[in-house]
Amino acid sequence: MSNDVAILGVGMHPWGKWGHSFVKYGVKAARAALADAGVPWQDVDLIVGGETVRNGYGGYVAGSTFAQALGWNGARVATSYAACATGAQALDTARSRILAGQAEVALVVGADTTPKGFLAPNAGERWDDPDWLRFKLMGMTNPGYFALYARRRMDLYGATSEDFAAVKVKNARHGLNNPYARYRKEVSVADVVNSAVVADPLHLLDICATSDGGAAVLVTSVEYARKHGIADPVKIKAISTVTPTFPNTIIDMPLFSTESTAAVAAPELTFKESIGHAAYEEAGIAPEDVSVAEVYDLSTALELDWIEDLQLAKRGEAEALLRAGDTTIGGRIPVNPSGGLACFGEAVPAQALAQVCELTWQLRGQAEGRQVEGARVGITANQGLFGHGSSVIVAR
Amino acid sequence: MTETPAVEGWFTTGSEPALIASKCEACGTLAFPKGVDFCRNPACDGETFVDAELSRTGVVWSYTDAQYQPPAPYTPTSDPYQPFALAAVELPEGIVVLGQLASGFGVDSVKVGAPVELVVEPAWTEEDGTVKTMWKWRPTAAAEGGN
Repeated sequence: MSNDVAILGVGMHPWGKWGHSFVKYGVKAARAALADAGVPWQDVDLIVGGETVRNGYGGYVAGSTFAQALGWNGARVATSYAACATGAQALDTARSRILAGQAEVALVVGADTTPKGFLAPNAGERWDDPDWLRFKLMGMTNPGYFALYARRRMDLYGATSEDFAAVKVKNARHGLNNPYARYRKEVSVADVVNSAVVADPLHLLDICATSDGGAAVLVTSVEYARKHGIADPVKIKAISTVTPTFPNTIIDMPLFSTESTAAVAAPELTFKESIGHAAYEEAGIAPEDVSVAEVYDLSTALELDWIEDLQLAKRGEAEALLRAGDTTIGGRIPVNPSGGLACFGEAVPAQALAQVCELTWQLRGQAEGRQVEGARVGITANQGLFGHGSSVIVAR
Repeated sequence: MTETPAVEGWFTTGSEPALIASKCEACGTLAFPKGVDFCRNPACDGETFVDAELSRTGVVWSYTDAQYQPPAPYTPTSDPYQPFALAAVELPEGIVVLGQLASGFGVDSVKVGAPVELVVEPAWTEEDGTVKTMWKWRPTAAAEGGN
């Protein structure tokens, strides 16, 4: 018995700052995914929403919000929240129910309307909330954490600001022809290194923006796909949503400290390494088999970290891969052919689904203007707050 | 002018200030900030803890700064805004703790691996004039002497 589920349809609403309700983006994306699959909404027996925490009660119950907007059809409903990994966790819920025989056709939707500027914590005095305290006590922002990781690459592996800029240049070029990307403009190394420093060593153009956007994925049992006349769909081979293993020794947003190795030694794999490792194990696929990757470039330097965390390069060697053009479309292992967060900006509950949408188009050969030739296996990766992260492997 | 810690019970003050961690009485696992109810070690069911002062010196794990004023609840200390630097510091107990760099030090003052020590400095002033203090990391002479 296979543990695969089929991706029958994908759809997105373009990323941007549109100022509409997140519901509109989600429903547009959902309708696009249904149309892509050629499946009527009435056939969907499970809808899973990715929760948005910035849009009131409707966002907390995103699954039913989208179901109502699409027109109540009696489907079962679930809503997931896992910070940046929200979309992947929602997808995992859909997959599990399908594999358990409790659903056949599941629609997974994530969408967000985001505020401008730094993502700030929720309002009010909250002395027991580390996300509030790190701003209050230290002024530690999200880019501050990204900058810690970036600076380590410089001091330990000899990365330069120009290397980080080259990631942005590459992703900007990748995203030029992506109709769903918010920023579609060539960027030069000089543009990046001459932009204002936000959190040393990261410049404004090294750091992704926040965006409005919506993405949806329609997954079904392989049998339903076959009955539907689709013998060779893109399939989900793995969804890893592992939590860290104690002690987590890499400092994570939004915390003040790591866990201590005073009593228990550090685990063999870091949290981010373990996310990819679990996906490879589940899929029975090796890093060498990956043809394309969509990773969370919240900052340019983080893309380099992910390349190593996903074992696409040895530790400290991602810059060499980048400089050789290996991670550019046409290279050995293209990374972020969609343009990545550099071109999209982050729409939290939609982003992990957008990664899956892109890989689906890549594996179908439909990524017009940014196609990775002969892509057969794709992997995604992201990490969010409080021990959430995900990696999805899709294959044909 | 009254000076009080910005957060109660997280660090000691005086000439040799230190961070206060929780130490699990069953397995010895340390946690900072303290105040955990359950030991974080998955193999331990400890629920009782004692305070344990962490080492006052460590080495820089990494560092950055905040060149734009962070959003509220951050309280600005000057107008116009003055950037400050931050470091994540690895202590001998195998724990990395964030903090601002001591006043007057920037990202050029440290490298990954550079030694620092903990100090307590004014962080911001409340509307009633109370000065809130925080722990900060001060690069030590050894770093300036060439690392």
